[in-house]
Amino acid sequence: MSTLEIKDLHVSVATDDGAKEILKGVDLTIRAGETHAIMGPNGSGKSTLAYAIAGHPKYEVTSGEVTLDGEDVLAMTVDERARAGLFLAMQYPVEVPGVSTSNFLRAAATAVRGEAPKLRTWVKEVKGAMNDLDIDPDFAERNVNEGFSGGEKKRHEVLQLALLKPKIAVLDETDSGLDVDALRVVSEGVNRFRAGGDTGVLLITHYTRILQHITPDVVHVFAGGRIVESGGPELADELEKTGYVRFAGSAADSAVAEAAV
Amino acid sequence: MTLPNTAPEVAGLAPELAGAKKGQGESPIASASERFTSYDVEAFEVPGGREENWRFTPLRRLHGLHDGSATFEGTATIDVAAPEGVTVETVGRDDARIGEGGVPADRVAAAAWSTFREATLVTLDGTPAPVTVTVTGPGAGATAAGHLQLRTTPHTEATVVVEYRGSGVLADNLEVVLGDGSRLTLVVTGEWADDAVHVGAQHMSIGRDAVLRATSVALGGDLVRISPTVKYRGPGGDAELAGLGFADAGQHLEQRLLVDHAVPHCTSNVVYKNALQSTKGLTAHTVWIGDVLIRAAAENTRTFELNRNLVLTEHARADSVPNLEIETGEIAGAGHASATGRFDDEQLFYLQSRGIPEDVARRLVVRGFFGEILSRITLPELRERLEAAIEAELAVIGV
Repeated sequence: MSTLEIKDLHVSVATDDGAKEILKGVDLTIRAGETHAIMGPNGSGKSTLAYAIAGHPKYEVTSGEVTLDGEDVLAMTVDERARAGLFLAMQYPVEVPGVSTSNFLRAAATAVRGEAPKLRTWVKEVKGAMNDLDIDPDFAERNVNEGFSGGEKKRHEVLQLALLKPKIAVLDETDSGLDVDALRVVSEGVNRFRAGGDTGVLLITHYTRILQHITPDVVHVFAGGRIVESGGPELADELEKTGYVRFAGSAADSAVAEAAV
Repeated sequence: MTLPNTAPEVAGLAPELAGAKKGQGESPIASASERFTSYDVEAFEVPGGREENWRFTPLRRLHGLHDGSATFEGTATIDVAAPEGVTVETVGRDDARIGEGGVPADRVAAAAWSTFREATLVTLDGTPAPVTVTVTGPGAGATAAGHLQLRTTPHTEATVVVEYRGSGVLADNLEVVLGDGSRLTLVVTGEWADDAVHVGAQHMSIGRDAVLRATSVALGGDLVRISPTVKYRGPGGDAELAGLGFADAGQHLEQRLLVDHAVPHCTSNVVYKNALQSTKGLTAHTVWIGDVLIRAAAENTRTFELNRNLVLTEHARADSVPNLEIETGEIAGAGHASATGRFDDEQLFYLQSRGIPEDVARRLVVRGFFGEILSRITLPELRERLEAAIEAELAVIGV
């Protein structure tokens, strides 16, 4: 049973006007078997949280801690975090010219599993996982994400999720830009991953529609760089009806309160 | 067989004749078909650096090859391990076969031609085992002019590896003369020492129905500028020129290709890939010029040229100039493409976020990038050595 613990996380990003604080004290614990949804308006810092967990160099953790089963995640390099069992499905997956998808997947599996997967079973495994996600077999020979459509990129992210089997997966707006069919395929992929074992999922989204396919155990509302409210799936229903106005207001209030301090 | 000497197109033309120097000056020539060629070094003006065919080359690093100050007192040794079916001769410039491949098109090639004392002539006949020709530079501080001709008899099938290595400054001409119906697989490697300067002209003359599969690998040296020209003597000729270059800090690697289609029913395909990386702020520079000319007579030509450059670090510059001139509408196909991309922090982050360590990520990118070129080299030992040399280049920047 794995646990990702985030305590009072503060994160800044460098801008032309100096460092700007984006995350202002995030507390969150995700245990294996749980699915948490983080919802929030644009610019609230949801993606910053995802990238900070993964270790993107653009984001600087100024205070707080992140641990995976007690191990200090913040002390790890980006690749060490992945090998420790963290996975980030990116909102904008990066094109890597010159590297075929099949070589990439094999290199990643080799790194995460600690040994090169046996070729025969590996080919079968990849084919099966691609088939599950309605991914054309030709993809294996294309360069990583190069010329992929938005939907193809997202399927490719979920394909990696299926093959790398992390302990904790962070899905950053995996639903954005998907049509209804692609959303269903991608959601089924995530659900297969969830059903597959002791894994935790942090689902970051702007819209509630993916939650109709992937039922969360906990819904958090993110505003102004922190979690402002947590609840069950019913919280998502409320957001569906009323939007983020109530929470955006509270974020603004807290900003004013901070300014006053 | 005796081939017609193709020299008369300009050989012996007095420099003062009108038009002779067209295109050498500061006004660029309008067409590759007007390119001036001559065996005589004095027929070329001393380049000042602004001429179209010299504008990318750092002239002050040429050790005087271009301006007449190079003394060519050194010697580049040429060793050939010749199996059965291969004849190696050392000949003088008066040998009738010298010049069948082509005529120098720049002042350094003409200087080498005017200066070389003896030429090595390798004739391939039948289906000989792979031949390795090693050209060793004259040594640090020395300058040499060289001349090598490879020729196939009709219907020969041969593989030749030409390895350039060592130190010093070399200007040379490499003639490749393919007999009718012959097939030559040619690999030319530049594994020079850090100080080496090599300015080479390659003259490829493709006989009727002959096939050339050439792969060029540029790794070492301070400045390496190679100018291959492909001409066809009869219909049915087929030339593929692939190349890779790996430029690191301070290195200048330049490839200037001209494929001159003047006869019908010929094919050409050019694929060159360069990777660049720098350390300590010294610029790594690659230049790729890909000219393809389809003359009016060259009906049913099929040609494609492609250049890809991968910039691995800051302080790198890749120039790429594809140029396609078509003088007839009756062609089978013609195209060109060029792209330069950067291996950046985002790509590294993406690969690392999947557990792949930084050094593996970088190797993955470079191996994938060069794989298409290296896979064409069918001699396993050579390919493995070149792969190892590329890995060693990567190790320089400490990953």
